[in-house]
Amino acid sequence: MQLDSKIPAGALEDKWDKYRFKAKLVNPANKRKYNLIVVGTGLAGGAAAATLAELGYHVKAFCIQDSPRRAHSIAAQGGINAAKNYPNDGDSIWRLFYDTVKGGDFRAREANVYRLAQVSNNIIDQCAAQGVPFAREYGGMLSNRSFGGAQVSRTFYARGQTGQQLLLGAYSALSRQVGAGTVEMFARRELVDIVIVDGRTRGIIVRNLVTGEMERYAADAVLLATGGYGTVFYLSTNADSCNVGAAFKAYKRGALFANPCFTQIHPTCIPQGGDYQAKLTLMSESLRNDGRIWVPKDPADTRAPRDIPEDARSYYLEEKYPSFGNLVPRDVASRNAKEQCDAGLGVGPTGYAVYLDFADAIKRDGRDVIARKYGNLFDMYQNITDDDPYETPMMIYPASHYTMGGLWVDYELQTTIPGLFALGEANFSDHGANRLGASALMQGLADGYFVIPYTIGPFLADHGVSPVGVDHPAFETCAREAAERDRKLLAIEGRRTVRDLHRALGKVMVDEVGMARNAGGLNKAIGAIQELREEFWQNVKVGGEADNFNLALQKAGRLADYLEFAEVMALDALTRDESCGCHLREEHQTAEHEAKRNDEDFCHVALWEYAGFGNAPGFHKEPLVFENVELSQRSYK
Amino acid sequence: MGSDTINITLKVWRQKNAADKGRFETIAVNDVDSHMSFLEMLDTANEKLILAGKDPIAFDNDCREGICGTCGCVVDGIPHGPNKAMTLCQLHMRKFADGDVIAVEPWRARAFKVLKDLMVDRGPLDKIIQAGGYVSVNTGSAPDANAIPIPMEVAEKAMDAAACIGCGACVATCPNASAMLFVSAKVSQLALLPQGKPEAAQRALSMVATMDALGFGNCTNHKACEAVCPKEVSIVNIARLNREFIKAGVTSEAEVDLPLALVPAAEKSAKPRAASPEAPKPAKPVAQSTSGGMVLTGSIYILTFLFVLGFIWQSLASFL
Repeated sequence: MQLDSKIPAGALEDKWDKYRFKAKLVNPANKRKYNLIVVGTGLAGGAAAATLAELGYHVKAFCIQDSPRRAHSIAAQGGINAAKNYPNDGDSIWRLFYDTVKGGDFRAREANVYRLAQVSNNIIDQCAAQGVPFAREYGGMLSNRSFGGAQVSRTFYARGQTGQQLLLGAYSALSRQVGAGTVEMFARRELVDIVIVDGRTRGIIVRNLVTGEMERYAADAVLLATGGYGTVFYLSTNADSCNVGAAFKAYKRGALFANPCFTQIHPTCIPQGGDYQAKLTLMSESLRNDGRIWVPKDPADTRAPRDIPEDARSYYLEEKYPSFGNLVPRDVASRNAKEQCDAGLGVGPTGYAVYLDFADAIKRDGRDVIARKYGNLFDMYQNITDDDPYETPMMIYPASHYTMGGLWVDYELQTTIPGLFALGEANFSDHGANRLGASALMQGLADGYFVIPYTIGPFLADHGVSPVGVDHPAFETCAREAAERDRKLLAIEGRRTVRDLHRALGKVMVDEVGMARNAGGLNKAIGAIQELREEFWQNVKVGGEADNFNLALQKAGRLADYLEFAEVMALDALTRDESCGCHLREEHQTAEHEAKRNDEDFCHVALWEYAGFGNAPGFHKEPLVFENVELSQRSYK
Repeated sequence: MGSDTINITLKVWRQKNAADKGRFETIAVNDVDSHMSFLEMLDTANEKLILAGKDPIAFDNDCREGICGTCGCVVDGIPHGPNKAMTLCQLHMRKFADGDVIAVEPWRARAFKVLKDLMVDRGPLDKIIQAGGYVSVNTGSAPDANAIPIPMEVAEKAMDAAACIGCGACVATCPNASAMLFVSAKVSQLALLPQGKPEAAQRALSMVATMDALGFGNCTNHKACEAVCPKEVSIVNIARLNREFIKAGVTSEAEVDLPLALVPAAEKSAKPRAASPEAPKPAKPVAQSTSGGMVLTGSIYILTFLFVLGFIWQSLASFL
């Protein structure tokens, strides 16, 4: 397969400018003739739908929630990065670029990341103009904080609700266009197929979640901004409706899937209460700015945390990584927590938790300052656990949180299927093998506000207005196949619920394809996933009807996708016989248990091509070329 | 934090679809871990219903961390249940005792149609935002973010209002099924900030008029909204909305294009279209609105009088 990443030639800092100058433009008068579909209305999708409509395109936007204001971007807490350098502490576009490439352990494209850093500043301007109430200093200027692994203060925030406020900003821009009639909004719709005619994307089939009906929509291009696949682990911080469905349908229709094994585990979640719980509550890792992580030195020490004296505590991150301390990247913090717990030093009823302690910060800054920074997080923690973090340390444990892998896209965010684009977490492009804190919001909004509005132009200008409508036989076929799959699922009438089988899949994924992986475990996982898939198609019990709201049926469809997709994840993790970023293969570690890359053999994007149900997928590579940064062994010592 | 196991009985609203009349059903839920959240309890109850070949209870939920605003039922008569300042997903079963009978109903309001069981259509809240809950700034046209300094206390007040999650509990609890707290939160946020000032008058008039047209009632100072709001959005915002509304009606040239911003779009999408069999129906206008468009200049004086009274009352209440 010939892959063209379409990276513009020239110096890194000139690529985006030159691209925009050379890119074909669509005549303003012609823009209204184009119909664009945007699936997903989070930061990437909401921003894209609003901006494309402002430019004059006719947009149909779809979301799985009951309102575009509820996309899971809303749950991001900590902040959004930008290279504004307002604090005058040495930040620059180049530094943000470098930190992101390095944070991704040199498995992302230089050109994409540099562009991300360039437009980061525009995002802050745009959001402030929309009325996003960012935190301010007394003089009225924007406030910044240092965040997860950064040595400069480049993170903008709105209390602990930055994702909510940015999403509501994008939602307000989108609402303005809906009110103006330039965006048609379709809520409570789930994508069930992508319609391809003669190799080009022509539309989508969606399930109307309220009526169960399969609806068809045609367009000149389709943009997927459908988020990540963290819920494959069952235990995750993602919302209930997050799923791989849309991206997986694209994959089944021929789009290549990139680096599916790159998944991020977030270090600061509230530990699981019991089997019934799938959703784990994440607390912003900004907490690590002021909280100190520790465990008792003695596994037999069962005293209440406040009764354990300083010399009986192990502040293991501060001891191991003196310059970064508690601010080491997420994967390092997560793995170290697991290591401590595996060694028997964990705390709490399950033994799978570590302390995150604010006593020193409260002593230093006062309770009011800490309350202003983290008040809502502390309240949330107290409600869930019944413990007061002002008085006693929090307990935290890592959980699946974000997926760096996603649909392969070129510099224009186009997948390998012409006319199908992927934005935000749904694509693979900017974070490499690990994402830095406060960079997900940045990438979602960059793709939506400032990248796709330019990069969709050349495709539309080249291909013209689509003559294919929803009466085309391809739409008929796709809608029928989707309805048939539903009927098949309902007819199985087995003995295990969807939730029960999802829990079983999640256990396999957490144990063998989670924070640390090895060849034996991955092979075992592949076998277990295949068995579960077989059991699912023979023994699932869905219940209810196809022509009504039926959550179990929706979830059965999503789990069916996961039972195929999980195998690709495990296969990718097995094939990438190196460690990098969040992907730790136990066979490849430094003496200090850090990820040991193999740049000779694995400095590439791994791509997977669908080959039919139950068949091993095809494998391709996009080599990664680094011309501007030197590949170094990541060390946070 | 030891856990207990309790047995409870749900009296839960069951309604097959919007056309169905609906009724309460009694469902016993046994062996509930007291550390479960209320929604996790419903999940486990649904597992048992599915295995027994019965229809599970439909309820809206998503993030399960209290920020997306998707979940919400009336539990024992209170939207989001007995916890103050919390969404339903944050309610835990340790709040209940063994043997409790718990009544669970959907949001009830004229503007919110019940779709199934505990799920309602809150689309009308989106329509209110579409009528003016934004700053008209196209992507790319923004000045440098620090070009407009905003005093910290103003930013903080705006953030207090912006915390609204749009769950609709305020509507569900209001005896008039008013969306005033919801509307006032957005109007306040944007009226406080310099970015929102140029459109403040138009925004206040259009959003209120749209709220009326969609079948929401008006505010008569019961303050029930504030009491149940999971984000503790204060009714001070309603006082601020009233000030903005009166200011706009009396001093500005802005005309209310209420339904002009709303109805044509709805009518347009209500036309049969191959691709969209489930087009939203235009909302039923209420008495004080006209379907073609309401220009407030006539009724504004009466409304102004009422609002001034309400404003004085509320201002007193909030400052005393």
